[in-house]
Amino acid sequence: MIAEIGHFALWLAAALALVQAVLALVPRFYRQSDLHDFVLRGAVMQMLLALLSFAALSWCFRVSDFSVALVASNSHTMKPLLYKYTGVWANHEGSMLLWITIMALAGGAVALFGRRLGSAFLTRVLGVQSLIALGFYAFLLFSSNPFARIVPAPVEGSGLNPLLQDPGLAFHPPLLYAGYVGLSLTFAFAVAAMIDRQVGPAWARLVRPWLLLAWAFLTAGIALGSYWAYYELGWGGWWFWDPVENASLMPWLAATALVHSVSVLAARNALRNWTMLLAVASFSFSMIGTFIVRSGLLTSVHAFATDPTRGTFLLVLLALYIGGALTLYAARAHSVHVGAGFAAVSREGALVVNNLIMAALLGIILLGTLYPLMLEAATGEKISVGAPYFEATTLPFILAMAFLMVPGPYLAWRQARTGPLLKRMIWPMLLLLAVALAVAWVGKSVLVVLALAIAAALGATSLVLALRYWRTPVRLGMALAHLGVAITMVGATVNGAWGAQTLANMAIGDKVRVGGFEVQLQSVMPTAGSNYTAIEAVLIAQRDGQPAGRLVAQSRTYASPPMETTESGLHPLWTGDLYAALGKPDGKGHWQVRLQWHPLVRLIWLGSLMMALGGILAIFGGAAQRARASLAETVA
Amino acid sequence: MTPKRQRLWLAALALCAVVGAGLVALPALKNKAAFFVAPSEAVGRPVGQAFRLGGLVETGSVSRSADGLTLNFRVTDKADSVAVSYRGLVPDLFRENSGVIAEGRFAPDGTFVADNLLAKHDEKYMPPEVAKAIEEGEAKARAKAQM
Repeated sequence: MIAEIGHFALWLAAALALVQAVLALVPRFYRQSDLHDFVLRGAVMQMLLALLSFAALSWCFRVSDFSVALVASNSHTMKPLLYKYTGVWANHEGSMLLWITIMALAGGAVALFGRRLGSAFLTRVLGVQSLIALGFYAFLLFSSNPFARIVPAPVEGSGLNPLLQDPGLAFHPPLLYAGYVGLSLTFAFAVAAMIDRQVGPAWARLVRPWLLLAWAFLTAGIALGSYWAYYELGWGGWWFWDPVENASLMPWLAATALVHSVSVLAARNALRNWTMLLAVASFSFSMIGTFIVRSGLLTSVHAFATDPTRGTFLLVLLALYIGGALTLYAARAHSVHVGAGFAAVSREGALVVNNLIMAALLGIILLGTLYPLMLEAATGEKISVGAPYFEATTLPFILAMAFLMVPGPYLAWRQARTGPLLKRMIWPMLLLLAVALAVAWVGKSVLVVLALAIAAALGATSLVLALRYWRTPVRLGMALAHLGVAITMVGATVNGAWGAQTLANMAIGDKVRVGGFEVQLQSVMPTAGSNYTAIEAVLIAQRDGQPAGRLVAQSRTYASPPMETTESGLHPLWTGDLYAALGKPDGKGHWQVRLQWHPLVRLIWLGSLMMALGGILAIFGGAAQRARASLAETVA
Repeated sequence: MTPKRQRLWLAALALCAVVGAGLVALPALKNKAAFFVAPSEAVGRPVGQAFRLGGLVETGSVSRSADGLTLNFRVTDKADSVAVSYRGLVPDLFRENSGVIAEGRFAPDGTFVADNLLAKHDEKYMPPEVAKAIEEGEAKARAKAQM
């Protein structure tokens, strides 16, 4: 019964989306402004219905209703309660329901809190948003119904992939989806602006808070995914350049470029066409990412289903939306007036360079991700493009970008005077040089020298800016986000350059050295959880004879589905993480143990969270500016 | 400079960025991409050239060296098999007669030295490239048997 209510609510929500889209986009209806209110209320209603549908599915997982096929194939009565809930989105159908629910939430939020947009423009935005949602409703209802029943109902479910039974998974997909789907709003804003020819500074100020929110969610979601991979997969790496990771990085790069170009549009009424293109591209890459991940084109833990009809369905949706938006863009681009001009050395000029580097990075990653697919389609040869390619190609651009971020925020709009700028750069450049010399003296590679020196200069200037503008949220947010970039760079570089790894075959009592620590295998004992049994190794770490920490690593065997996983043993210290993974026994009282020392590794995620926090802060900043903005002043 | 003129400059700059990215990316793609190779195609590959070897772990071929850390086994596509040695933690899903991808290169003695082993992610799933390699390998083996 509950499942049918959820299914019915989903159909109703889809019907509402259809009505909203028709009322907002068909000129005959759109001209009747008394219908606008219906679209606004419809958005709130649609949000409630989607939430009801999501709650119904959660209920089915909660009570282990195995007559629902999705629950039967992805849940189990013995599964801990938390993972019954997260199990809702740890599968194809449920994750698409989460996607559509967040999409409806975004629409409802704009309808409730976006009154400043004016009801005419708001109606347009919600209409476009509903049109996008409609495609995903259709996808869900026709090809991936999460509420389908199974007869006869099995007595027990087949359980959830143990790798996904982890607290990290409770938040990673919802955050990531909030980012992806939040970008659908930006997309809807851009399409609505192109339809109504309202591209301008007022538009930029209106879209900015929603864009920043989506960007912050996306940043946090990617960071959490990276952290999950670090401790759950047991390899001790934090970024693998897996196609699935690239799929989330591409919309992030486009959205980051967009955040910067929107500020140019808001302040200087320049980069109008380019900003529209980026807004379309950001959500397009979100959809392409979802397609790559979900279609089973690529081998990944995320490829839940490998059903070709679903891939085709998504591909058609993608082509319709991206193609439609680009067609509109092509039709309208020439009619969008050329914005104001500006000098090369100016804030705008620097942001253009930022955008170009972001675009170049995006191109490189897109090429590396799609090349294997294209090559196989063309010649049948199978290749893998991995870390060596991505590191060699992206690092120079990332370093150049970080270097330009040092003077960037000091540049004035319109035209910056070079004299005072150069004077301001004396201290950061001296710091850069000092750090470079120090790191070079330790004898590290050129890349490490450059990365640390640039990160130091960027961190110092960002910190100074943050302290100076701590009462202006927009600038504080920007400074904090840039500081986050510097901190992430330091974490990634130090972890890569000073990290250590030892592989050992240890008996109880054996000692091994890793990264200045002495680690002893204290015991190996069987243990059990609610739905697994495990072999648990306890290791004691010492530094200079002083106790430094205790590591507990497990090798788990899950019964349903039958699977073995490695649970890494982590001991976080101020200076870094000690990391242990337990391997197989050799039958003669020895166990394979991999010990790693990850210095400053946590800075990677700390920096990412600071970026997200900076984005959130900047939302609150524009309030004063926005009060002055209204669409009436738009010149388009 | 007029805005129109400036737009041309921006377009030129964007083109430079695209071309620059391409110049960086394409050679890297050529040098750093690793081909996926089935055991029957791997025989005779030059020493030291990196590629990915994929197939099934041959039943009864798995053994450990005396150091307790190096794993020796053979990867087969049912037509041919290649000896592989790997020093490191064995992936959870590594087992005999199960799909595996080994990343590495041939050593002068003819064994394939792997830096990394990828076993399939879960019980239900076989990497598509491995499934295809085995299918082709079986076909080759059948063809050989008929000759």
